[in-house]
Amino acid sequence: MVGALALAPCAVEAQSTPLRWGGDSEGGAPYIEADPQDPSRVQGFDVDIAELIAKELGRPAQFIQTAYASLDQSAARGDFDIALNGLEDTPARHATLAVTVPYYEFSEVLTVRAQDAQRFRSLEDLRGLRVATLGGTTAYELLLVAEREHGVVPISYDDDVHPYEDLLHNRVDAVLLDNVIAERSMRRMAGLVTQPEAIAVGHYVGILGPAQRQLRDRIDIILRAAMADGRLEAILRRWLVWNDRQPNLYERLAQGTYRAAPEAVSESAGAASSDSAGAPRPSGWDMAWQYLPSLLSAAVTTLVLSCLAMALAVGLGAVIATGRVYGNRALRALFTAYVEVTRGTPILLQLFVIYYGLASVVRLPAFVAALLGLGLNYAAYESEIYRGALLAVPRGQLEAARVLGLSNWQTLRLVRAPQAFRFALAPTTNDFVAMLKDSSLVSVLTVMELTKQTQIFATNLGSWVVPGAVCAAMYLAMSLPLAQIARRLEARWSAPGAT
Amino acid sequence: MPLERSRSAPLEIDSLHVRRGERDILRGVSFSVASRSLVALMGLSGSGKSTLLRSVAALEPFDGGEIRVGDVALKPGVRRPPSPDPLRDRVGMVFQFHCLFEHLSALDNVCLAPCWVRREPASDVRARAAALLDQLGVGQRAAARPRELSGGEAQRVAIARALAMDPPLLLLDEPTASLDPARRRSLGESLAELAASGRALLVTSHDDDFVRDFASEVVILADGEVVERGDAREVLNAPRHDATKTLLRGLAR
Repeated sequence: MVGALALAPCAVEAQSTPLRWGGDSEGGAPYIEADPQDPSRVQGFDVDIAELIAKELGRPAQFIQTAYASLDQSAARGDFDIALNGLEDTPARHATLAVTVPYYEFSEVLTVRAQDAQRFRSLEDLRGLRVATLGGTTAYELLLVAEREHGVVPISYDDDVHPYEDLLHNRVDAVLLDNVIAERSMRRMAGLVTQPEAIAVGHYVGILGPAQRQLRDRIDIILRAAMADGRLEAILRRWLVWNDRQPNLYERLAQGTYRAAPEAVSESAGAASSDSAGAPRPSGWDMAWQYLPSLLSAAVTTLVLSCLAMALAVGLGAVIATGRVYGNRALRALFTAYVEVTRGTPILLQLFVIYYGLASVVRLPAFVAALLGLGLNYAAYESEIYRGALLAVPRGQLEAARVLGLSNWQTLRLVRAPQAFRFALAPTTNDFVAMLKDSSLVSVLTVMELTKQTQIFATNLGSWVVPGAVCAAMYLAMSLPLAQIARRLEARWSAPGAT
Repeated sequence: MPLERSRSAPLEIDSLHVRRGERDILRGVSFSVASRSLVALMGLSGSGKSTLLRSVAALEPFDGGEIRVGDVALKPGVRRPPSPDPLRDRVGMVFQFHCLFEHLSALDNVCLAPCWVRREPASDVRARAAALLDQLGVGQRAAARPRELSGGEAQRVAIARALAMDPPLLLLDEPTASLDPARRRSLGESLAELAASGRALLVTSHDDDFVRDFASEVVILADGEVVERGDAREVLNAPRHDATKTLLRGLAR
């Protein structure tokens, strides 16, 4: 299809420009997943629905891979015409985007380990325990409410597979997610039980850029027609997600009694959202005020994590540098290999390996895994700085120490290291500032740091302007004093050899 | 073997041989430095003066012969001296470019070795270091960092640092190289005083006036061999070997 388009790009009429639709195929069955027979193609019920819409519009469908958490922003920017990916009908989406009629009604369900099936039946049973879900979803909002009301501990994930794996690994005690995802995970993993009672009910919609209301209206007509003539049912049955809720939803839509998102959620979850259909949505700054405590606590996590990881990196880096300068051949080879492997592989891969890969051997808490991942990675870079700094101390300094009778260790400690430290100060500060920002990567391990919290804030608000400004201000408030301290230290010592 | 003498002479060099790759740097050099003497080592650049000094300080290994510093005998081919190294009590060295520890004040440069190698009490060490700096005329610069010192001041601090360990033998590499005539004279007087107080000094120099005025003995090196040695004035005023004459002609220009 893409090839055919490439052959005749100039002659295409508006009708045959592809319908670009966005979604995330990572772990996305039965919504969107790579076709096992041909991984360059995607399959799933959202894929079939997209193709149905495209066919009715007389345009070929073209899939645009987009990270799940970025779908709203990408739709608003116009990266594609429509996003279909089990996206929930929320007030924020109605406020900032063009939203289609719902094409699926799902329920938020609680999944627990089989042995806990009798103990944990609802969120009230999970006081003080960790409950996982996908970040930026209605389920996460429900957990935040449950945190206030029942004292559960919400844990946010970037994907919908790892929550269930971590449930099996005892890292969390329950998962709250859509019944579609829960049923899929139950099929994949043994030892899990999903409670039959729905915690809340929600709806999947397609989202388009705010200026695309005309296209949205045409798509609404197509969807309603597919509901009426059974084509939608056929797709949902094919992917094993059809249930009794759907005909009920179609009927309400046909009769005009379907009510939009806010009521749909609050009907079963009470205080899930303070919004009501008629009330004006709070402005970005009002929301920022509400989010300030959680942003501040996320900033503290970022700062503490960065400081501890940097301490580990500096300590281990100094050991590696010293070993590479003073050690025997075997030690040098070992440390060199460590540095090259660590520098030569992505830090995200290292974080995944430490947290998920080692889970069968040692189940590190997320914060510890994040600390180790960042610290061990940065140690490789620090060690290169310190090795260079040690080698930059002139040989005459070492000979002078030797003639005076200082041992190798005393020479290192009293002469070489103090001078090397001054050479290393500026690049180390530089790395510390980089660490503050790189620490945002650990959100993939469910650590709620500043960037992740901002992302959730932005998703709920439907805009990045205010959250982005607040988040940037917080990072700067952490990094600028650091740079200032380093400048002052440097001025005091004014590194020898620099002049 | 003149074993009795080796105990009394702070430095005895016997058939010292140093080879670097295919090149013979020193080819059987022998001489000694007695207590209360200031021996000057002269020669063209590349004649092996610095290598000899570095071999005596055990900063470089040598390939043949023997070096005896007091009762410590250095053997050929040894790359790693023992630790703690008995040599370190017996020889001090002042480098041509001083090599003061850049991160420490002048006073702390002098205190470092007595405090950490000898483990002497800090208050004693500091008092003695201050006295040494005073004695060498740089007492008022005790708090200054090396980069704040002039060349002459840095050299005196470096001498004080070497003397703080009270070595019987002091090696100085080109101490006059960067000094004006007035400072050269005052340095010469200081070194002569040190010799008079009982130490042995071995000094490399390109400055024949300085050697005439302050050295008790001169050793002329050429192509890795001792070509002439004796009383400093006698040798320099009436050179017999061609290499000495060439050297002095070169210095006169």
